[in-house]
Amino acid sequence: MTWAGGGDGAPAKADGPVTVFLVDDHALFRTGVKAELAGLEDERIRVVGEAGSVGEAVVRITATLPDVVLLDVHMPDGGGRAVLEQVHGPHPEVVFLALSVSDAAEDVINVIRAGARGYVTKTISGRDLADAVVRVSSGDAVFSPRLAGFVLDAFSDRPGAAPVTDPELDMLSPREREVLKLLARGYAYKEIAAQLFISIKTVETHVSSVLRKTQMSNRYELTRWATDRRLV
Amino acid sequence: MGAEPVTGRSRGSRPGPIPAALLALGARPTGSPGPNTGAPSSGSFTSGPVEPRLTPDGMPKLVRIRDRGVVGGVAAGISVHLRVPVAWVRVVFALLALMGGAGVIAYALLWIFVPAGDSGATDGRPNTAERRQAYGIAAVGVALLIAGTALGFGDWIGYVLGPLGLAAIGGAFIWKEADDTRRARWRRTAAGFVGPTSGSWWRLVGGVVLVIGGLSVFALGQTDFTAVRSALIAVVLTLVGVAIITVPWWIRLVRDLGDERRERIREKERAEIAAHLHDSVLQTLALIQRQAGDNREVLRLARGQERELRSWLYGPAGYASPDGVGPTAPSTTFVAALATAAGEVEDTYAVAVSPVVVGDAAMGPHLAALVAAAREAMVNAAKHAGVAEISVYAEIEGGTASVFVRDRGAGFDPLAVGADRRGLAESIRGRMDRHGGTATVHSAPGAGTEVELSMPVDVEAESATKDGA
Repeated sequence: MTWAGGGDGAPAKADGPVTVFLVDDHALFRTGVKAELAGLEDERIRVVGEAGSVGEAVVRITATLPDVVLLDVHMPDGGGRAVLEQVHGPHPEVVFLALSVSDAAEDVINVIRAGARGYVTKTISGRDLADAVVRVSSGDAVFSPRLAGFVLDAFSDRPGAAPVTDPELDMLSPREREVLKLLARGYAYKEIAAQLFISIKTVETHVSSVLRKTQMSNRYELTRWATDRRLV
Repeated sequence: MGAEPVTGRSRGSRPGPIPAALLALGARPTGSPGPNTGAPSSGSFTSGPVEPRLTPDGMPKLVRIRDRGVVGGVAAGISVHLRVPVAWVRVVFALLALMGGAGVIAYALLWIFVPAGDSGATDGRPNTAERRQAYGIAAVGVALLIAGTALGFGDWIGYVLGPLGLAAIGGAFIWKEADDTRRARWRRTAAGFVGPTSGSWWRLVGGVVLVIGGLSVFALGQTDFTAVRSALIAVVLTLVGVAIITVPWWIRLVRDLGDERRERIREKERAEIAAHLHDSVLQTLALIQRQAGDNREVLRLARGQERELRSWLYGPAGYASPDGVGPTAPSTTFVAALATAAGEVEDTYAVAVSPVVVGDAAMGPHLAALVAAAREAMVNAAKHAGVAEISVYAEIEGGTASVFVRDRGAGFDPLAVGADRRGLAESIRGRMDRHGGTATVHSAPGAGTEVELSMPVDVEAESATKDGA
């Protein structure tokens, strides 16, 4: 996987390494991610804790207040969404990056709408995962090609789509659409910037704006994905 | 002779309960036969459910045929059993009813004791003519009753005909409702008591009111008021007492039924998942263990299995999708066809190909050519780029279908490709040209390759668009 802004060399935070907290109900997977992140010998990130259940995660995240939480979407007792809902409100400074084996559109959209700043699948390489962690911790959004595709689909104006009630939130600008399409085609931020003759910073701004719209918009497609599963 | 008006009125009362009952029949055209319990010598005959079951002497067995009946299907059943027109049977019942109520009693007893059964006849529902005929017979019965009244049985009308007639109507309501076919259906439905529709509840309640009311008014006419009142109070108190005593039992019954049903569904679900996991995941894991030395093969098996399981779980017709029925997603849509092509390339060349698709359309010859060209582009990337992953993005938007196949591999100089390289020239460019599309290749040595395919697509076909990706 090379898409997570790969090769951009996302900047490290000024004040020490990014602290990372793992939430996954599979101990084996937690161990694997920890080993992989440690194996990178990446100065930029440090794993500070882990939890295997929703309750445990809420308590420990609140106690440690890490920079980034790697959050499994599917867990007993409400899944990653339950953790997001309980922690994101009181501690908005903790950034969530969803990490899941599921590629179902409603899972992806739901966790984004609950407040996660990105979504990556578990098949991501350690290097790309580290880049994605650093990227979300610096305030950017992380869109995998698949997530970009889902969002494009949700905002598409195909026949039968819901009417736009709030153009500010319910529509993507042409530029945002272009950026998303290139993301979906597997382009890194740097490549997108080169292709569109804009700066990487501008690409990041567009992606963050798309993330905000995905989270805030009331468009039918976005809420439908959620309500189909009766999660909203 | 004194009982004659009663019976006559009873026959005449038939149109009362019928409309509601017919409504109920019309609303549920199940026609499913009730359990054929208590039918003698049924074990020795194995004729199928469509054939009418026969008694040893070759007669169709006596069952009530609710499909064809107007009240309880007794007359219809007897007519089939005796092989006589149903009208005759009804006339006989009506005449018997005029003779001291024998017809009504006989009908009631047959209704109670004859099991409900399959008509075995070709025409299920009583047709309009047949129903009209039944009403006609009932009307003649009423006419005879009125004639009898005119001949001097007027005194009886006051006490007997009204109240007891009402009670009989109520009884018919209740019996119709609690008919064993219906009860069998209640047993089958989820929570026991949820089974009867609200309409049938009203009929049931109405029946009870009519029976109790009719009987008490009858008693009122016969005896003095206070005695009846105390008797009524005693009856009501007894009924309430019985209801209270049996409440826990009812609750338990309902809960047990619900629990059992849930348990059964869960068990079925579990068995289905276990079967699928066994057939797919466990087999693949076994294969992976045997191929453990061969990285490429392990990767290929794992990717293939992942794709299969993913589509089973989350695919358009997948297990976890809202209206999913299980695996199997036919390649009749663009998304499915592209996913299939990507899967084939993955399996053949042991690279990861993950298509991202926006929009969808029903497959047509042009889209099929587009998918084939995209597949060829994926194959080229898998063979020549030397990478482990190929990005595929497709969109159908504004009357154009586009596919981007991208790798970050070796790349090449498009101008330096010899004219004899058929893959790109024929399989991709030629194909796209023939179907009115275009193919563009962006590549440079060391910078990877992106093949861009686009083709105008029939907007009408796109109206068959599926939701979501």
